[in-house]
Amino acid sequence: MNKKNNWLNILSLSFIIIWLILASVPFLWTLWGSFKVEADFFSKQDWRNAIFGVRTLVETGGVFTLNGYKGAWIQEEFWRAALNTGIVTVSVVTISLTLGTLGGYALARSGFRYAFWILIAALIFRAMPHITLVSGYLLPFFELGLWGHLSTTIVVLVAINQPFTLWMLHSFFLTIPKDLDESAMVDGCTRFQAFRHVIIPVMWPGVITTGLFSFLLAYNDFAITALLLTETNQTMVPKIAGFLGSAQEQGNVMFAVAAVVSATVPLFMLVLFFQRQIVSGLTAGAVKG
Amino acid sequence: MPHYTFLKFIWPSALAMLIFIALPIVSISIQSLFIEHEKILVTVENCTPFGCEEITKVDLEATEAQEAENPLGKYNGFGTYTNRNHLAFSELKQAWSESGGLNDFLTEVFNLPFYKALSFTLAYTFIVTPLVIIIGFFIALAVNRLPSFFKGPTIFICLLPMIITPLIGSLVLFWMIDAEGIIGSLLQIIFNDPNLSLKASPTLTWVMLFVYGVWHHAPFAFIVFYAGLQTIPRDTLESAMIDGANKWEQTRYVIIPHLMPLAVFISLIQLMDNFRVFEPIVGFNAQASATSLSWLIYNDFRSGDGDMLFGSAAATSILTIIGISVLMTPVIVRTWKANKPVIGAR
Repeated sequence: MNKKNNWLNILSLSFIIIWLILASVPFLWTLWGSFKVEADFFSKQDWRNAIFGVRTLVETGGVFTLNGYKGAWIQEEFWRAALNTGIVTVSVVTISLTLGTLGGYALARSGFRYAFWILIAALIFRAMPHITLVSGYLLPFFELGLWGHLSTTIVVLVAINQPFTLWMLHSFFLTIPKDLDESAMVDGCTRFQAFRHVIIPVMWPGVITTGLFSFLLAYNDFAITALLLTETNQTMVPKIAGFLGSAQEQGNVMFAVAAVVSATVPLFMLVLFFQRQIVSGLTAGAVKG
Repeated sequence: MPHYTFLKFIWPSALAMLIFIALPIVSISIQSLFIEHEKILVTVENCTPFGCEEITKVDLEATEAQEAENPLGKYNGFGTYTNRNHLAFSELKQAWSESGGLNDFLTEVFNLPFYKALSFTLAYTFIVTPLVIIIGFFIALAVNRLPSFFKGPTIFICLLPMIITPLIGSLVLFWMIDAEGIIGSLLQIIFNDPNLSLKASPTLTWVMLFVYGVWHHAPFAFIVFYAGLQTIPRDTLESAMIDGANKWEQTRYVIIPHLMPLAVFISLIQLMDNFRVFEPIVGFNAQASATSLSWLIYNDFRSGDGDMLFGSAAATSILTIIGISVLMTPVIVRTWKANKPVIGAR
């Protein structure tokens, strides 16, 4: 029996180690490589060059170089894209949480059958591939002169985010006891006053968790931002995709590598500080049902 | 809550969903029935000192006037749906009558853009989804056996492939798999074939995209299963142990039944997310060997000469929505029957 358990332990440990290597090495490799020149990162002679920076030493005089970052951030004006991403994500998170808390609260407290139907409709909306919706926007947006602005993209991302936000906050509000706001209403509060003075102070854990996922959706989006924004208004992800087209010709893939690493840093920080909330958010919908 | 109060709370959210999700679906179903105007051509006489010749050119003014008058284009009925780039009925019929056998016929069919994209999308959905569930389950079991000190850092690393921007994640892997990247050149050494390139082979490109899909989505299944493992009642496990169940039997008869509802939940989310696979194809630059329905729509807007093929994109979109509806119906009906709706994050 004991011998068998030992085998199981070794098997499970080696499985987890292999998985951890698969999950982390691509990031470490790209981070390390972003400080090298292209001839090292894509080495024709020897893959070890990417680790020791042989060509980097020859071309730049140091083992590490910031050329990729300089090229991306200064020459190609990646800072502009980073700024746009900042504007888009902050606005999307704020607006979708505002709409979502109101809607989610109403759905959790309604008690009527139609609340369930709204949730089912939201589930179906959640299933729509984003790009099919974008193909519905383009022509009307061109006609109305709305295409290309950051504000249009923000509104679209908020709307696409609503089904998920409603579900998350709905199931969170269900965990807050009904008695809490109802006793406030017995004391003479209106529904809205009860929401403001009783529910808002206790809703932050759920709101933060939902906000993290709204952030991820807005930050990671490619389909919508690539098709709805003009070149000067581009956010980071479509900008990186743009690098691939233009940079590869000029032999400046390293710009894209540096930009990719730069765009990963905020996500990394997010997991570092909010790991617990992300985990609880992922499981909220599933476990509580 | 009275109807009126409910309405006051929900209207901003409901309005946003109506205008930007429900209305676009109506808009594409109308758009798909129209086709772009043909360019109005004029023949002008172009005279040079060496003589005159007649040339045909696009009358920009008239073309623009025509477009401004009717931006949708001209009515085409279901013509766009049945043309070569979509359902391709006449091409199918022709291929059927001309081909020697089933294999021949299928090769013909998979050369048609829509069927090529559909086959990859379905293959991706139905290969990645079960693999994600199985691998996520094993990671959860393995992490659960770790000493608690290692659990936090392990979960941290596990989350990284999931929260990464899909385009960035696929680029990171793509650069390593490139013939001059680390994995690509290692494979060349292992197989002793200096010309081996994952990008050049359609089969390997498909495998590469599947591997990316599992890498990206497995952490989600892992987290959900891991949380589920924490809720397994100790008593049940212990009584199974007293009854003499070994590790395998405990897993088979206690753990798996307990986690079954979670597997349904994961497959629901995974079906939605995998059916819209798009960014990896852009990131891996794989369109020569693998395209997806979402990629086809994107491609209609990026067709090169600046013209956006609204009609074609709309028709593909409608077909995509029909596809996802067919896939989702069994899961939604099941959810509905249980009357215990589930949904959550990706």
